[in-house]
Amino acid sequence: MKKELVELKINGLTHELAIESSALLLDVLRQELQLTGTKRGCDDSSCGACTVLVDGVAMMSCALLAASCEGREVTTVEGVSENGSLAAIQKAYGDWGGAQCGYCTPGFIMTVRSLLAENPKPSEDDVRAALSSNLCRCTGYNQMYEAIRAAIAAERKELVGAK
Amino acid sequence: MRDPFSIIGKPTAMIDAAEKTTGAGKYTDDLSLPGMLVGKILHSPYPHARLRRIDTSRAEKLEGVVAVVVGKDAPNPYGILPVGHDEHALALDKVRYVGDNVACVVAVSEAVAERALELIEVGYEVLPAYFDPEEAMKATTDLIHDNKRGNIEKDYHHVFGDPNRGFRDADHVSEARFIANEVTHAAMEPHSTLASFEIDPHTGKPGRLTVWSSTQVPYYLQHKLSLVLEMPMAQIRVIKPLVGGGFGGKSEVIPLEIIAAVAARKAQAPVKITYTREEVFWAHRGRPRTIIDLRTGVKKDGRITAVNARVVQDGGAYCSYGVVTILYSGALLGALYDIPNIQYDGYRVLTNKPACGAMRGHGTVNVRFAFESQLDEIAATIGMDPAEIRRRNLLQPPCITVNGLRVQSYGLPECIEKTVERSRWKQRRGKLPAGRGLGIACSHYVSGAANSIIRSDMPHSTVNIKIDRDGGVVVYTGASEIGQGSDTMTAQIAAEALGCSLSRVRVIAADTDLTPIDIGSYSSRVTFMAGNATLRAAGEVKKLIAAAAGKRMGCTPEDLIFRSDRVFRKNAAASVGTELAEMSVRPTQHQASVSGRVEGQILRGSLQQKRKEEGPKDWMTFEEAVVAAIDFHGALTGTGSYAPPAEARGGKYKGGGVGPSPAYSYSAQVAEVSVDQETGEVTVHRVWAAHDCGRALNPVSVEGQIIGSVWMGMGQALTEEMVWKDGMLMNPGLLEYRSPSSVESPTVEPIMVESIDPEGPFGAKECSEGSLAATIPAIANAIYDAVGVRLHESPFTPERVLAALRAKKNAKALDLTEGVDPTAPARFREHGGSLCFDGKGPQRHALDPSRCAASKGGGD
Repeated sequence: MKKELVELKINGLTHELAIESSALLLDVLRQELQLTGTKRGCDDSSCGACTVLVDGVAMMSCALLAASCEGREVTTVEGVSENGSLAAIQKAYGDWGGAQCGYCTPGFIMTVRSLLAENPKPSEDDVRAALSSNLCRCTGYNQMYEAIRAAIAAERKELVGAK
Repeated sequence: MRDPFSIIGKPTAMIDAAEKTTGAGKYTDDLSLPGMLVGKILHSPYPHARLRRIDTSRAEKLEGVVAVVVGKDAPNPYGILPVGHDEHALALDKVRYVGDNVACVVAVSEAVAERALELIEVGYEVLPAYFDPEEAMKATTDLIHDNKRGNIEKDYHHVFGDPNRGFRDADHVSEARFIANEVTHAAMEPHSTLASFEIDPHTGKPGRLTVWSSTQVPYYLQHKLSLVLEMPMAQIRVIKPLVGGGFGGKSEVIPLEIIAAVAARKAQAPVKITYTREEVFWAHRGRPRTIIDLRTGVKKDGRITAVNARVVQDGGAYCSYGVVTILYSGALLGALYDIPNIQYDGYRVLTNKPACGAMRGHGTVNVRFAFESQLDEIAATIGMDPAEIRRRNLLQPPCITVNGLRVQSYGLPECIEKTVERSRWKQRRGKLPAGRGLGIACSHYVSGAANSIIRSDMPHSTVNIKIDRDGGVVVYTGASEIGQGSDTMTAQIAAEALGCSLSRVRVIAADTDLTPIDIGSYSSRVTFMAGNATLRAAGEVKKLIAAAAGKRMGCTPEDLIFRSDRVFRKNAAASVGTELAEMSVRPTQHQASVSGRVEGQILRGSLQQKRKEEGPKDWMTFEEAVVAAIDFHGALTGTGSYAPPAEARGGKYKGGGVGPSPAYSYSAQVAEVSVDQETGEVTVHRVWAAHDCGRALNPVSVEGQIIGSVWMGMGQALTEEMVWKDGMLMNPGLLEYRSPSSVESPTVEPIMVESIDPEGPFGAKECSEGSLAATIPAIANAIYDAVGVRLHESPFTPERVLAALRAKKNAKALDLTEGVDPTAPARFREHGGSLCFDGKGPQRHALDPSRCAASKGGGD
């Protein structure tokens, strides 16, 4: 298949790429840009390990054509840490056992980012509903809830501190 | 009293947590090498067929294809067990399950490789196939493996004590058949292997091989590669990058690991193969469908007099870990309760389905479901509280069970007490609203198998430690981090033993060129065995440091205390004690590494010199002590190894090698469920899970492992099941397999019980598998408490629950398959996954909706 030139804005940087029009965003991220934090866990958009933010909305990059993301802002897990240090949710996932094998973690981090951007004070049911788009085989999800609570508390503290 | 430990027992973030949460950590599929090619495997569309002909010429001619590999490129047989060398990298003469490996294309891209697969022509002579183990056992012709009569991989017949007398003495005997359907690991990371040969510049021939693979046991992979490739092990380096979950599925050599190496050799270039999710399901090696005919006899007072278990496992097409699985099923009837008489007949049977292998709670889970369900039934019959009947049958350790298992630390009584208390069992049981109930069950598991699968006297774990002049501690261990916290545990034990901060310790793990042999992450052995080896290695280094530091401080090495990055004289430690107590609180890794660096630079300069000149003092910094030791001894390294003691290695009977462990973990659980009597749907609301882990080295990880085990057990109890139709997996996808999502997952309350094992590192035992087995019967028993039906087959799907409820009311069974594809399995399920053979293999049924739509679209 003939390749086309596409401009993708990923984690704030614009990349000019020659890709096939059928190329999936997931494959372009992983193979063309070496952004391997975004994972492939299934064949049929069922696991959520490849979740990225497109214009702030959590989407599965295995079900998106890369070319369709032209002119949109794509954020991957590599774009989450702030100035090289862990974002509150990343630190909390580590401290509270939200990540075990870590393979699903980038997808969860993106889903949680999207949830908290939309709903800064989610109830436990909100959190459960949001996380149901992603699968984890290690944690049983329980420690993720604690991590998310801790991250919310940490961010609130930071906000108060800044005032 | 001051906490005797400064590192262990404190909730600690895993040392590789940041790598995982930032996406910076590399798993095998994240790696690439210059010139790397992609491998794709052609799988058999038939469950049982003879290979008549393979023509790869058209595929080889396709632009972009570098090589096509077939069976004769690597004909040596292998298998994870020395008694089960029945697999080949690619099929030689026969395929034995849908998905068996036939050929591999190496090409420049996945798309080219997939196109080439379609160009390979294979002539199959289809043979009759066996899908049901009890049918397979009757076979006399077309055996799956010619040397396995009756398709029986292995059978064992064990008698301990006098079961006949035991049953005669019983006041009540309960008997039933239980079936636990097949489940699989479905680790989030699909298997992946990258293999690369160094090409000898003089001869142009492949030389040393390096393999990166998603494996739980680099050493076994190195061993099997050596066998198949006919290369010395020293010429093979296996590196385990981050592994995205294993649960046993990566504890043996998976076909793609061997195929990638064979392909790389033929292609003379690095080759990476990553399974699709569907291929992961075919690779399988999960928990076999198990049929358990169980008979238990008890006295009126609830004491068990005898147990008779006949167990048939549907093992799939190859031996895999099967011989071990069927032995565990029998052996782990003992060591939980005091059972004086046991008869066990176990059959591991071959069928034309993907091979089953080791999965979390290896061998014990399904039999435990049967046993704990039956015990509950007995309690109801004799009118005893189900928690009480378990108390009546406790072991009296230290003891040796009737089947030769040595039990020392035994936290089961406390586990039962704690779950009963926390779930308010006594107050709430029987008083819940209709359709809601509580159930209790117990389980246990080995902390590492006391006998390695490769018979030898070599240590099961060896660890090296090296310390540099700036006080950086490097631990080299073959133990495999697979997400369970192995590396963190190793670092914690080294830091605790050396009295230094965790941030000083760097763990180099699971690289066969760098790290000493360790038999890997399975049978929950890492904490106990690699932990003990780490402790011994650290002890050896500490001795060297103490000798030098003692000299410098004018005291004997025994008078020194290592703690909080300092080495103290004993009496001085008391005076600086309060200051220390503050410091022992673990700083965040970030702070620790920063302060360590600054302090290090200063000390290495003039201050260090000044302190040196001041002569003997009450304390030295860890770095000063290390420098003193290196100056004194010349180098600072230590080695420790661990082999289970002879007393823990079990009875001398045939098959007695499986089951023994230096220590057992214990678990007791109470599950609270509700059952919708209209739909048969079961909801688990909460599980209280007490687990005796000996000592919790890292409470966050221990709790995480308990919750994860309970959750995985709940999956098997309620939704997870591999559904087969004529050897074809109907649900090879994560949604169709129904791995529970966050909305279906209950709150699990982990309760840590610390029995302090006399031989474990700081008293620790396993915590990652033992809890799984209790969850399934706890839920089954809770369902009984809720609606009065006893389920004998897992998972407890709405269909099965509803059928049981209707049977109880003598109502006509609902036919849920009415009007559905007549050849579909009895329980209708949607076709799952993306199975497609382009006309070469099984087709979807004519009544399949997708085909109906296609033919309508075609214009009739």
